[in-house]
Amino acid sequence: MTRPRLVTGARLHYDEVREEHVLLVPEGVVRLNPTAAEVLELCDGERSLEEIVRALSARYDGADLGDDVHGLLDAMAQRGLVRDAGA
Amino acid sequence: MPEPRAPSPLTLVAELSYQCPLHCPYCSNPLEIGAETYRRELETEHWLRTFRQARGLGVLQLALTGGEPMLRRDLVELCAGARRAGLYSSLITAGTLFTRERAEALKAAGLDHVQISIQSPDAAENDRIAGNRSFAKKIAAARVARELDFPLTLNCVLHRQNLDRIEAVLDLALVLGAQRLELANTQYYGWAVVNQAALMPTREQILRGEEAVRRFRERVGPAVDVLWVLPDLYESLPKPCMGGWGRTAMVIAPNGDVLPCQAAATIPGLEFANVRERPLEWIWNESEAFDRFRGTKWMQEPCRTCPLGRQEVDFGGCRCQALRLTGDAAATDPVCRFSAHHDRVVSAREPVAADEFVYRTVKRPVRA
Repeated sequence: MTRPRLVTGARLHYDEVREEHVLLVPEGVVRLNPTAAEVLELCDGERSLEEIVRALSARYDGADLGDDVHGLLDAMAQRGLVRDAGA
Repeated sequence: MPEPRAPSPLTLVAELSYQCPLHCPYCSNPLEIGAETYRRELETEHWLRTFRQARGLGVLQLALTGGEPMLRRDLVELCAGARRAGLYSSLITAGTLFTRERAEALKAAGLDHVQISIQSPDAAENDRIAGNRSFAKKIAAARVARELDFPLTLNCVLHRQNLDRIEAVLDLALVLGAQRLELANTQYYGWAVVNQAALMPTREQILRGEEAVRRFRERVGPAVDVLWVLPDLYESLPKPCMGGWGRTAMVIAPNGDVLPCQAAATIPGLEFANVRERPLEWIWNESEAFDRFRGTKWMQEPCRTCPLGRQEVDFGGCRCQALRLTGDAAATDPVCRFSAHHDRVVSAREPVAADEFVYRTVKRPVRA
């Protein structure tokens, strides 16, 4: 994965009724915790994976979030929800 | 905020119109589509208000379907209203009216996703099953959808007369750039009941189909999400129909009646509230039709003491199927091997070699 992007048609949304972040996809709703939502917001197909990790790390006092971000994006890619714009 | 009595729904299926240029013999619409009650379609304002109320209740997914939803002249306005309300909208269309000009207007209005049906990957067979010359228009529509960067779902309802072409359906999804493929084995409601003898597949066809899907998934991976739904009648444990009655989804008929499932009108004695007269929240939380089979309190044996503890897994299966095969809508879905009527499901698997269709039409309603 070099430059992750959301699959075509996926939309991040804050559900005010359930008070949680969701990823809306064709005929599906994926519930997200706030951190996952933050990661996915950065997956615009422009930023590289390293840039995404660095941006998050800067927000969280330099914490090493590399493994968490890779784990999340691999799982999302397996489900067809995240694609690689660099592939 | 007080705790709502019912769980909050995720999906609204909006049947905008029962009019359709196609005549598919397995259509899930009621046999009475031509009846007076369905001619009085909701006005634009009713739908827009309903979309806002649906979001307030928790709905996130909106399916704009029919009949053919593209026959509604206000479709662009409805898509814009759905987006404003905060809903993710899918257009479920036969594709024949999905021209570039209309597709561009829908895209600009905020339509999120397009699902196009084919009846077969073979043009002549498609047109025969649809009862309408439509294949070329469908393929053109799929190409337009992709050119405008809509996520595309290809849908093909499977039955004995097209199941042997499943590999070609899979290949077509790949060629057209569909990211989802719904391979929906015919469920026997609506017009499919009338045509059951001409549609029921053989076990060998199903097994070959399943194998083709497995190989395709292995070859293509997550690039195309293939949904393969086994026909109910070949199962021995029921599906949670609609995700459970009154639990995650609701259906609104063209006239504004709100139903727990597309086929619920076949259940005698159920009265459906209408969005012209009642707010959606009342209908979902308070109306008798949604309460009747909600949760587990209505269950009889063997559901009540289910040996597998599946009451909240399958919610007793499908009420309409229970009614059709046992005469009692509150019975266990006879797909279940613990049902005293399971033999009726087993015997329905015997295909009858009659290929002639009774086509869906509003002009000559057919009694089952």
